[in-house]
Formats: sequence, structure tokens, C-alpha cells
Amino acid sequence: MIEVENLTKYYGNYYALKGVTFSVAKGEILGFLGPNGAGKTTTMRILTCFFPATGGKARVAGFDVFEEPLEVRKRIGYLPENVPLYKDITVEDYLEFAAGIKGVARRDVKNAVTKVMDECVLTDVAYKFIGELSKGYRQRVGLAQALVNDPEVLILDEPTIGLDPRQIIEIRKLIKNLAGRRTIILSTHILPEVSMTCQRVVIINEGKVIAVDTPQNLTAKVQGASRFLVKIDGPSQDVMKELRAINGVERVTRRDEYGNNGVGEYVVEAIKDRDIKRNIAPVIVNKGWALLELRPQEMSLEDIFVKLVTKE
Amino acid sequence: MRNFYLIFKKELKSYFASPIAYVVITMFLILTGYFFYNSFALFSTISFQATVNPMLAKQVGLLNITESVVRPLFGNISVILLLMVPLLTMRLFSEEKKSGTIELLLTYPVTDMQVLLGKFLSCMAVFAIMIALTALYPVLLIVFGQPETGPILTGYIGLFFVGASFVSLGIFASSLTENQIIAATVAFGLLLLFWMISFSASLAGQTFGDILSYISITTHFEGFAKGVVDTEDIVYYLLFITLFLFLTLRILESKKWRG
Ligand SMILES: Nc1ncnc2c1ncn2[C@@H]1O[C@H](COP(=O)(O)OP(=O)(O)O)[C@@H](O)[C@H]1O
Ligand SMILES: [Mg+2]
Repeated sequence: MIEVENLTKYYGNYYALKGVTFSVAKGEILGFLGPNGAGKTTTMRILTCFFPATGGKARVAGFDVFEEPLEVRKRIGYLPENVPLYKDITVEDYLEFAAGIKGVARRDVKNAVTKVMDECVLTDVAYKFIGELSKGYRQRVGLAQALVNDPEVLILDEPTIGLDPRQIIEIRKLIKNLAGRRTIILSTHILPEVSMTCQRVVIINEGKVIAVDTPQNLTAKVQGASRFLVKIDGPSQDVMKELRAINGVERVTRRDEYGNNGVGEYVVEAIKDRDIKRNIAPVIVNKGWALLELRPQEMSLEDIFVKLVTKE
Repeated sequence: MRNFYLIFKKELKSYFASPIAYVVITMFLILTGYFFYNSFALFSTISFQATVNPMLAKQVGLLNITESVVRPLFGNISVILLLMVPLLTMRLFSEEKKSGTIELLLTYPVTDMQVLLGKFLSCMAVFAIMIALTALYPVLLIVFGQPETGPILTGYIGLFFVGASFVSLGIFASSLTENQIIAATVAFGLLLLFWMISFSASLAGQTFGDILSYISITTHFEGFAKGVVDTEDIVYYLLFITLFLFLTLRILESKKWRG
């Protein structure tokens, strides 16, 4: 549905994209993940035909973004970063304008607007000026204008930025509900967002793609499932010493949620590709301490990200 | 066509959603009304004195209402337009650039041309409302005197072309910057330059002087105010409008400012 091949972009002589390649299958939600300044917005602006790339190719819904921008634009819904909207117009008027201009047939405009206001929970503010709305509502208006022509492809640039936690949850729920028929690219610099909503992740840094995979695979790839959380009732110093002595253990850290003696939580990391699962329990039990918990700990996307970026 | 109409409608609505259009129209009417009153009052005083003293009438030769009221009226209106039109055009692109809405607008399936014409004609509609309201003055003249209707009609045709020229230049200025004050200042400065350039025509050499007075907006308006419609003047205005709309389109298309 979306194919991006070796995309480059110069701003003057600043290299913002250095050959970005990825593709998105029909019906997929792709997370576009990277720190600020990575080139996410730049890529999205090229895909939405706001400006052309310096080099490379991009096709959206079967149309080349450089050769047939109007065809591409007819088929996308775009939510730009920071949601720029007209302030001096009511929500309903704006959505009718957006519907019309995006080619919804005249007689279907009212229906389309009613439906999308319903979907994005905007019916209450239909007659309010957009300038009077809170950030959360504005975000939903932004999403509604993107959706109003029922596009095949949705391009959402940091859709949860600047929202409070409750609003973030609402928007994520909305986005998840949109999945299915539609192909979605969603950019973010907040990592948990991706694991919550996306099926696949493209990680981009300094204008280059550094990893493409599912959130789960990425986790596995980087860490090899060799991190354990161990909860032990025993003297902290000795416990750490014993754990470190286990064959194959690379590092032991204590989580300081409990007192110095008694129950403590430790994170045990193995040397890559070494299986230490079986070795932990006997050591603890031999010492006569109580093993309260032993479970593999998944690496968060934060950890993965730091690892991938620092590896470069 | 539909896209153009939707943009036109939206722009027109937002003119009247903010106080800008009301303030500009009101100030415009106050100023033009003031000038109209002055020349009309002067005219009636002199006419009154002339009925008492026929010698005076011969001396001043001012007893033609068309010459002494209608023509100055159009002159004044066009100068006041020069001050007011930049205030109408300044927001058209600058505001969208500043707030970022241009990114959404230009990623909708519309052509740059549809956007430009929608905005241009919405501003022309406000302009037309403003000019239509001044029709009160000639109506008063017709009620109280016998002005020639010819020059009044051609005067309005002239104002229409002058206004469209001002609007096209104003839009161009607005497309250059995201700062509305700068847009208005640039538009005002350029218009004033186009207005006054004929003043230096007499100082320049023959050919160059002719070129300068051809470029000047003033030169081409004089005929209309006198009741003469010259195709050459119309061609000038059409060229002027097309040139600045074309330049604006180039600015919109130039991908540079987009980043
Ligand atoms: N219009 C522009 N002119 C010059 N540099 C820009 C422009 N827009 C973005 N950049 C630079 O390009 C890089 C990528 O920006 P962007 O795509 O906005 O990153 P992201 O959206 O991932 O935060 C940044 O270093 C940014 O400073
Ligand atoms: Mg960005």
C-alpha cells in the first residue's frame, strides 16, 4: 500500500533523510519511531505530497507521489504534527469543508460528517469554533478531518503529542478502532505507543532506518530473552554475590523498592545466548533463602531503542 | 470548480467571522464619506454664491458637478483603497503559513490554482461589497443635482479594475511571508510605488518617462474617472492582475518555502 525506496531529502545543505526504505502492507498499522529530529515529519510530508523528496521513490495506494500527487492526496487522510486547524470556523463547518474538498459527493457530505463526528466523539462540540476547543478535542477534529472521506491510507504524525494521559488513552483507542480496512502509518517518539497500537515498527534515527520488525521480534532480537526478575528473601549483599557467581550471568542489579535486608528484587542479565534459567533457583535454595518469584523480563522498547541507537 | 467554490465560501465566511472585514469597510466608508461631503459641500457653497454673483461663476468655472464632485470622489476612493486593500489581503496566505494550516490545505486534493482563485475572489467579494456601499454618494448626487451618469459608471468600472489589481498584488505579498504586518506593509509600499511612479515620469527622459507613466496605476485610472473607457487601460489592468496572480502561483509551487 505504501512503498518507500531510498528516499533522501536535503534542507539546503542539511541532510534530513539519508536513504529511507520501508513498505507498509494493506491493512497494517506501522509505527514510525524515532527521536525528535530523526526525519519522521519530513518523511510524512513527502508521502502526503506537501513537498518533494530530493531523491528516491515513494508510492502510496499505487500512485507515485511525485508524478500523481492529486491521486495520492485523494486517498490519504493526514494528521500533521501539532494539528494545524482554522480557528475561526465551527467544527461542523470545517468538517463539511474538508469532506467537500476531499471529494465526498455533495449529497453524502452531511452523512459523512455526522458519522465521523460520532466516531471521534465530537457531536457535543459540533457548533463550537475550533479556536475554543481544548487540545484533546482539537486532536479529535484533526483525526476527524483525516477520516471524513474514508481514506485507504492514514498518515498520523505524533497523534498523541501534548495530550494528557486520559486523552492519550482515548486517542489510542480511536486509532486502534480505525485499523482493519485502513493502512495506517503513525509516527511517535514515545516508545510504549508503538507496542500498544502497531503491528510493525520502523525505527529511524538521523535520517536512516535502523531497524524494521514487529515490536515482539525486536525485543527478542536485541535481548535474546535472557533477562530475569528474581525476588528473593535474603541478605542483599550475599544474594548479589551469589547471583553474580552463577555461570553465564553478566550483570545483576538490585531494584531498590524494599529495605536493605529481607525481600529484594534483582534483575539478572545473562551473557548473550547463554541459558541461565535453570541455574538460578538451585543456588538460592541451597543458601536457604526464600525464592519468591522468578520470571523472564521483557526488554521495553526504550531499552531496545537505546541499544539500537548506541550500537550504530 | 467545486474545490474553488468551497475555498471561496470558507474564506468569505472567515472574513466576516473576524472583525477585520467590518472594521475595514467601516473605516473605508467613513473616509470616503468625509471626502465626498467635503467636495459636495464646497460645490454647493460655490454654486450658491454663483447664483448671487454670476461673475464668480465665470471665474471659477467649477459649476460642473461631474468635474467638481464625481471625479475627485473616484480619485479619493482609489487612494483610500490603496490604504485599505492591503489590510484585506494580508491574512490570505500569511495566516495559513503561520498557523500551519497551509500544510493541511495543500495536502488536500486541490490544485494551487484553485486555492489561489478561491482566495482571490473571496477578497474581491469583500471588495465588491465595500464598493457597492459607496453607491450611496452618486445616488445622493443624482437626487440633488444632475451629474452625468456616464462617468459614474465608468468610474466604477475603473475602481473594479484598480481594486482587482490591488488585491492581486496584496495576495502576492501575503504569499511571501508568514507575518501579516509584513505582508500588509510590503503590499502598501509596492502599491504606493506603482501609484507614484508617474510623478517621476516628467523628470526622466522621453522614452523612460513614457515607460514609467505606462507602469503607473494612476495614469490608467484617469480615463475611467473622466468617463472614457480605453481598452489599453483595461489591458494594463488585466496584465497587472495576471502578473501578480502568476507570481503568487510560482511562490506557492516553489517547494522551497515548504522546506
Ligand atoms: N524546513 C526545514 N528547514 C531546515 N531543516 C529542517 C526543516 N524541517 C526539518 N528540518 C530538520 O530536519 C531534521 C528532521 O526533522 P523532522 O522530519 O521534523 O524530524 P522529526 O519529525 O522526526 O522530529 C531535523 O534535524 C530538523 O531540524
Ligand atoms: Mg516531527
